[in-house]
Amino acid sequence: MEVTEVVAIDHGLKKDEFSKICELLKRTPNLTELAIFSAMWNEHCSYKSSRKHLKKMHTKGKQVIQGPGENAGVIDIGDDDAIVFKIESHNHPSFIEPYQGAATGVGGIMRDVFTMGARPIANLNSIHFGSPQHKKTRNLLRGVVKGIGGYGNCIGVPTIAGQTTFDESYNGNILVNAMTLGLVNKNKIFYSKAAGLDKPVIYVGSKTGRDGIHGASMASATFDDKIEEKKPTVQVGDPFTEKLLLEACLELMADNSIIAIQDMGAAGLTSSSVEMASKGNLGIELNLSEVPCREEKMTPYEIMLSESQERMLIVLEKGKEEHAKKIFDKWNLDFAVIGKTTNSKKIELIFDNKKVAEIPIDLLAENAPIYDRPWKKTKLPQKLKFDKDEFKSLKLSDCLKKILSNSNISDKKWIWDQYDHTVMGDTIQKPGGDAGVVRVHGTDKAIAASVDSSALYCFSHPLTGGKQIVCESYRNLISVGAKPIAITNCLNFGNPEKEKNMGEFVECVEGITEASKYLDFPVVSGNVSFYNETKDRGIKPTPTIGGVGLISDYRQMLTMDFKTEGNLVYVIGKTDGHLDQSIFARELLNEKKGPPPTINLFNEKNIGETVLDLSKKKSYCELP
Amino acid sequence: MRSSVIIFPGSNCDRDMDVALKKFGFKNQMVWHNDQSIPKSDLIVLPGGFSYGDYLRCGSIASKSKIIKSVINFANSGGLVLGICNGFQILTETGLLKGILQQNKFLNFICSNVFVKVKDKQNKYFKDLKKDILELHIAHNEGNYFCSNDELKSLEDNNQIAVTYCGEDGTENETTNPNGAIKNIAGIFNNNKNVLGMMPHPERMIDKYLSGEDGSLFFKNILDNFK
Repeated sequence: MEVTEVVAIDHGLKKDEFSKICELLKRTPNLTELAIFSAMWNEHCSYKSSRKHLKKMHTKGKQVIQGPGENAGVIDIGDDDAIVFKIESHNHPSFIEPYQGAATGVGGIMRDVFTMGARPIANLNSIHFGSPQHKKTRNLLRGVVKGIGGYGNCIGVPTIAGQTTFDESYNGNILVNAMTLGLVNKNKIFYSKAAGLDKPVIYVGSKTGRDGIHGASMASATFDDKIEEKKPTVQVGDPFTEKLLLEACLELMADNSIIAIQDMGAAGLTSSSVEMASKGNLGIELNLSEVPCREEKMTPYEIMLSESQERMLIVLEKGKEEHAKKIFDKWNLDFAVIGKTTNSKKIELIFDNKKVAEIPIDLLAENAPIYDRPWKKTKLPQKLKFDKDEFKSLKLSDCLKKILSNSNISDKKWIWDQYDHTVMGDTIQKPGGDAGVVRVHGTDKAIAASVDSSALYCFSHPLTGGKQIVCESYRNLISVGAKPIAITNCLNFGNPEKEKNMGEFVECVEGITEASKYLDFPVVSGNVSFYNETKDRGIKPTPTIGGVGLISDYRQMLTMDFKTEGNLVYVIGKTDGHLDQSIFARELLNEKKGPPPTINLFNEKNIGETVLDLSKKKSYCELP
Repeated sequence: MRSSVIIFPGSNCDRDMDVALKKFGFKNQMVWHNDQSIPKSDLIVLPGGFSYGDYLRCGSIASKSKIIKSVINFANSGGLVLGICNGFQILTETGLLKGILQQNKFLNFICSNVFVKVKDKQNKYFKDLKKDILELHIAHNEGNYFCSNDELKSLEDNNQIAVTYCGEDGTENETTNPNGAIKNIAGIFNNNKNVLGMMPHPERMIDKYLSGEDGSLFFKNILDNFK
């Protein structure tokens, strides 16, 4: 096929992006090369609309070992132990095919964590659906919950906390954000930076099939009526193979054979090979005829774009091939030497003994476009004037019943009962509380984690909303007696080419940054999902915060249940009667305007630290 | 007491079982599914998980694996064989235990605490157990036990029903049955009562900070009966 502007646009590239590619290459790319550019330059992989703003985030701290830019963030929890964690979206695929979309979301994030040498110890998820009355909601919810359970339960990693909300702005775009935490020895962390010339490049895991081709491009576009046609772009998960891959990788990581390792996630072999070479400032040569394929006659184009799951790319020390192969043979996984590192600083692809693509790495990585998109500030809405005399006609018990039965408030046990939350034998706080808690196996330490988002607040006033979710995460961790350490975020927004949506993004990030700086609660990893929009209707801005905290002695963990009769109950912090954006105002008074409650970061920190201090002094009732 | 936990590809409660056994004083070792033989043991455990992905049918591929011949020989010579969750499914697939485990009645995976009633104490697992009702934990999608009327009759006649789902007070009915199992059956023995398969996971209930600690009683009791 001849590559023209039309073909480039079909691949999701913009007109000027295509001319820039031709200019940089000093020629027209062939189809395989075009595919590689489209995969690397799309929003999902390049962060081209968000990068400018993400740079401002607060990412450093005493306990941060690795901030954003790797497969996942890493924090130090003492005694050579470190926690690797990240949250990631799988929104677009989950709307098209809820079971597989959600399942592979869980699979993908777990790979990001064990790629770094960590054994996954906990999963969390934040899922958002359209109105409970909408005809698609029931089916999507069921599919997503089954998918998350189907994958996580099979691997044997407990799902310890989560969040489920309903809002009509998700009618055409549901959100599925999955988070994983892993435990690693801080001296044995693996990174994706390739190093050394002529080192063998190894492919391990499942075979490559035709599933998921163009997945990353699909996730970088809005939806229209032809959404059913996109089904083949959704990957199919195989948790059993992932479990084998997890065990095999950890076994190989026990010695010093691996130089660099990267999971083949979005944009598969393309992004993994380019990222490893780019970080190592090297070139990479791949012989695509050596790639284990599931289907016959796969072309270089298909092999490079496939998003088949459960695959890893490894740069190995020379001479360790036989040793590594033995391990993967034991676990019945494919193993193939498919290339080597070079000093050409190019990605060079060979197929059937012919060179089929050659692109300088920097054109794909550093030279990817960065946009400074125009954006609009959201004004703080006027505070509503409630006529408090009117409340007198309301019966308190009726209001309480309505609030408690609201789908966003009601008990979600029926969801988390479908997730194995006790496997691995260290879950000491199950879902349903403020945060899930797992012990660090064999030690006195425990890790608390929660996921929080507040689309209503972020929609009403993004700057306040951004601060609010960081504070909520902070509070949730403190509520279980954990010292908050760091966060990961999943930034779900509408179309960044629209000023309003872009503005929501910019201001939410600003709010997140301000709060995380003040609370010394740095962002160590994350992911951006734009284009959550169907037929011109976008979602409410929904940044999700995944917070992680440490309990130094798990016996001091706090739980939310009342312990015995006669205990005193206190409210700590000032209640100033803010009603705007509350469930009460929105659902009972039908008042959907008004600002979110103001955030006072000084109070937030002061109260948080005080409560944490008190918890150590055992002013509370202990576990029975 | 020496124990061996078999690891199949896809097992995921093998480590938990190892931790529990060692905590109570078993000398435990892990055995890989592709091994020819099992080291000298007093108890063999088939742990929970998704052996071979549970593709085809839960436990069916594992029941044809290399190691399983040694497990069957060990069981037939009177050795103690314990199958938890996926291990129970594997035991029914090998024929060491009667019946099958179908998908749960409400078609969902269930992870929850349950109460089970100990139905028979004339065996090496539950003899002299201090409690009649244990609080244990289930986590499965296919735990709905079923067998033919003849098989059920013979299970009942020989006291081969080991544990049944019940309420905290021992009530056995539809509401205390989490998965639709026939007669609320949560676990059964073979004829000689040396082979026990059950869906609940005692290894997840071994200290007070976890979901409960009745699992401890179970393990301690096996040890006490061995002495």
